Amino acid sequence: MSDLVELYQELVLDHNNRPRNKRTMEDASNTADGYNPLCGDQVSVFLKVTDGVIADVAFQGVGCAISQSSASMMTQNVKGKSVEEAGALFEVFHSMVTREPGEDFDSGSLGELEALAGVCAFPNRIKCASLAWHTMAASLDPKKAEQVTTE
Amino acid sequence: MTSMPFDVEAVRRDFPILSREIGGKPLVYLDSAATSQKPQVVIDTLSAYYTGMNANIHRGVHTLSQEATEAYEGARGKVRQLINAAEDAEIVFTRGTTEGINLVAQTLGAQRVGQGSEVVISNMEHHSNVVPWQILCEQQGGRLRVVPINDDGELLMDEYESMLGPQTALVSIVHMSNALGTINPVKDIVALAHAHGIPVLLDGAQATPHLPVDVRELDCEFYAFSGHKLFGPTGIGVLYGKREWLESMPPYQGGGEQIKSVTFEKTIYNDLPYKFEAGTPHIAGVIGLGAAIDYVNGVGLARAAAHEHELLEYGTEQLQAIEGLRLIGTAREKAGVLSFVLDGIHPHDIGTVLDTQGIAIRTGHHCAQPLMQRFQIPATARASFAFYNTRGEIDALVEGIHKTFEVFS
Repeated sequence: MSDLVELYQELVLDHNNRPRNKRTMEDASNTADGYNPLCGDQVSVFLKVTDGVIADVAFQGVGCAISQSSASMMTQNVKGKSVEEAGALFEVFHSMVTREPGEDFDSGSLGELEALAGVCAFPNRIKCASLAWHTMAASLDPKKAEQVTTE
Repeated sequence: MTSMPFDVEAVRRDFPILSREIGGKPLVYLDSAATSQKPQVVIDTLSAYYTGMNANIHRGVHTLSQEATEAYEGARGKVRQLINAAEDAEIVFTRGTTEGINLVAQTLGAQRVGQGSEVVISNMEHHSNVVPWQILCEQQGGRLRVVPINDDGELLMDEYESMLGPQTALVSIVHMSNALGTINPVKDIVALAHAHGIPVLLDGAQATPHLPVDVRELDCEFYAFSGHKLFGPTGIGVLYGKREWLESMPPYQGGGEQIKSVTFEKTIYNDLPYKFEAGTPHIAGVIGLGAAIDYVNGVGLARAAAHEHELLEYGTEQLQAIEGLRLIGTAREKAGVLSFVLDGIHPHDIGTVLDTQGIAIRTGHHCAQPLMQRFQIPATARASFAFYNTRGEIDALVEGIHKTFEVFS
């Protein structure tokens, strides 16, 4: 049960129940759609990038609590950051969720995103946690924005 | 025989994996619709083949080859008896149900489907009984017709009948739905198609582990199923076809035992069923499937089905009593599957919570995405049974569902 408590922390459940920035954005400068063919989770990410800074970010989609809360937290954490900073944050986040359970990780820039640290103990849920992040990163890369899958 | 009590504990002892623990809790395996567990006798048969008999079949003059050939062809006979086919030549070994369907699509389908013709499938098909026909229709200019279902997950037979006509090239329908548990009235489906002279393929992947199947009584032209759902090895399956239909079809793949003789000018194909068995087959898999069939016959499918039916009734009653749970698939005729959704909780989260309790269920779209769209849900949680499951395991499932609600409260 302790792994479960670690996975479904109160903050994770809160973001699942009340996702932040879950809306569409008509005037987005960057968008991408992500899909996890394994489970059918879908997410669309909308960014408004002005002068290299993510001025606004939103998402839409369906999925499990992990994917929804991760998407919600992603939007809160990349808003106001430069494109480079958002990319770097994705790398740190990705390292956290893909590490071996018990292995240390660099928590310096993660803040509340650490609530998803428990995902690493559930390997088949890592894709759920990272889908929105992959999609966000792809929206910033025109070569990848066409289709994002976690496979 | 059916009046004898079913000794599920004795059956369970035949399956070594059922005594393992997951995270310190006894395994509760409720994912047999994805793949069934294997009895020790099947595992031993695979081991015995590789340990003492391994050789290629049909063309070797040495002892090992003869023994392997005998065991391989012996298994064909067991399959024939299992489904009551008229002769061994009507039993084609494939990699699985999917390959069986693709084989028919790319041979008979290619002969029959052209501009304006139609292939009739249903709304509850597994992707493997949708996509091969889609590919075929794209290649040949035909189109798919999809028989709708009602909210209980039953085929609308009037709609089915109205779709049949001179334009219908083939009907391909699932015998038992993997996602709903619905058992379709396949005998009627075949008879209605035959009234228009239309051949029928039945996807028996889910049905064969649960129901006695008699292809001659059903009168279907083709019946495809997999070994791994029938307590046998993965990577092996069966396509039954009526002789006259198999004979009329061109080969699917070329090479190996599929050929009688080759020159650069001309190839003469082998007789049935070898015409459709190109390359070295999954010999161990076939022999293992034979062992699985022997095992199932020993258990008795009719008695096993009665036990499963009791489990289904008990499970249905227990799950329907849970507030916030909705069963998807409540057909009058169904077997071994409880597919459900919980208010406000995604099936993947249900699956993870249950896994921490040692309970293995499947969550997701079950490779039946059009069916999920029909019910306007992204996915379900699916508990599926085999004859080795118990009432106690249903109780564990119910407890796990309550725990899931607790986690998400």
